[in-house]
Amino acid sequence: MLNTRDILETIRMIRDENLDIRTVTMGISLFDCISDDQTRLEEKIYEKITRSAKNLVGVCCELERTYGIPIVNKRISVTPISYIGAGLSPEGFVRLARTLDTAAKELGVNFIGGYSAHVQKGEILGAVNLIDSIPEALSVTERVCSSVNVATTKAGINMNAVGKMGEIIKKTAHLTADRDSIGCAKLVVFSNIPEDNPFMAGAVHGIGEPDTVINVGVSGPGVVAAAIKEAGDCDFSALAETVKRIAFKITRVGQLIASEAAKRLGTPYGIVDLSLAPTPAAGDSVAEILENMGLERCGTHGTTAALALLNDAVKKGGVMASNHVGGLSGAFIPVSEDRGMIEAAELGTLTLDKLEAMTAVCSVGLDMIAIPGDTPASTISGIIADEISIGVVNNKTTAVRIIPVVGKTVGESAEFGGLLGYAPIMPVKSESCERFIGRGGRIPAPIHSLKN
Amino acid sequence: MKAVATVTGKDKVGIIAMASAECSKHGVNIVDISQTVMKEYFAMIMLLELDGMKVDFSAFADAMREEGKNAGVDIRVMHEDIFNSMHKI
Repeated sequence: MLNTRDILETIRMIRDENLDIRTVTMGISLFDCISDDQTRLEEKIYEKITRSAKNLVGVCCELERTYGIPIVNKRISVTPISYIGAGLSPEGFVRLARTLDTAAKELGVNFIGGYSAHVQKGEILGAVNLIDSIPEALSVTERVCSSVNVATTKAGINMNAVGKMGEIIKKTAHLTADRDSIGCAKLVVFSNIPEDNPFMAGAVHGIGEPDTVINVGVSGPGVVAAAIKEAGDCDFSALAETVKRIAFKITRVGQLIASEAAKRLGTPYGIVDLSLAPTPAAGDSVAEILENMGLERCGTHGTTAALALLNDAVKKGGVMASNHVGGLSGAFIPVSEDRGMIEAAELGTLTLDKLEAMTAVCSVGLDMIAIPGDTPASTISGIIADEISIGVVNNKTTAVRIIPVVGKTVGESAEFGGLLGYAPIMPVKSESCERFIGRGGRIPAPIHSLKN
Repeated sequence: MKAVATVTGKDKVGIIAMASAECSKHGVNIVDISQTVMKEYFAMIMLLELDGMKVDFSAFADAMREEGKNAGVDIRVMHEDIFNSMHKI
């Protein structure tokens, strides 16, 4: 029999500490939709997505009610579109983006990921044209998310692509300038992109995945923050233990929802992603966890160590709670989506340099960072190159989702709305890296990638 | 199928009577019941057997929540598996 304390603990986590399932994401392969006729291709994609995911939202609502746990987002990821429309022109790709957007709207999901290309070693024609189409695609659609993988530990870094993405981000910012350049909030540049990540904007349905699959992303920064507060001034061993225990419980809920959702949808269950994902709501902040560990403000000295402990303990607790762990699995530090991070950035304690250091010990990278709109494309590419290097050398996923907010500069803030939140414009260095980025070519794979 | 109903709020006369009347009205059997009162706050946990339930799960959970609201307490009905998953290895 369950004991009263355990039951009330669960209720408290859900009611007072924002415990929820952050996303149930259905991955859908579009390989069987490929056609040399654009209209036919669009029809097949629309049909496959709306057929495969027709019960996704309904089943998630049913699960929410049965288990009493909120499922915040229902989402879809698809095979990277650069493969599916490999022969298309940029205009043709924009049409596919509209098709994805329409399908997402029809199903009631808030984001659809997979408007993506993998170019770590070079670009196929489909990737070149898809990347060229990204600014327009993200400005004419509402729910489509895009990602470009520019590097892997095995392949090294495609610096031509890094250079190009600086320009693409600038163009995307300009085409959505009327909405604080929100298009860039739906565009991620990756190294070592996972093929089963349920979180947006970087979700894709990898080419080695089944026809359809259910991946679940858990959440719960509020629960971890509360547990740490309750643990008081214990030593680091006890602190790590506290995080592990709570991560186990959070992940078990994710595992339950993942397996039930998969069963009810008749779809294979893929993975549970152990990431701690914050929201702009009060009491749902990763920064607050770090501050509860004893930092006066997130971003001060000690922050990287605190985050390293948190990230490791979450994995250790979570991995035993789920039979398949995957995706990004680590603490997220998106500035605009985390109230504590926003405050720390506003005060200047949390800087771009500190965030970069923090990404070496957690997932996923420089995320949801607003910078001045007049930042040169080459500087953005430099920021990407630095972040991607951390991923490549450390054998991990890193990513950059950065927003050069057109017409705004340091001292102002950008408002993205909803889960995307708001962010102060953070300063970037004014010295140029244009000559460095302009070299082009590839940075070779690091020596420790040669493992065979 | 079993579910757990938790009733939390300020203690007052008739909370158990109200919750159990609502269960009986929907053909839901109460298998176990425990309660604690801390200061003036009341927490009751009922283990429910839903096999004879006359409505679907959501309708029952909504009815319980509504009754709770009228009585000024928070009632949540949740499938027992969420608690089993979280608290049992």
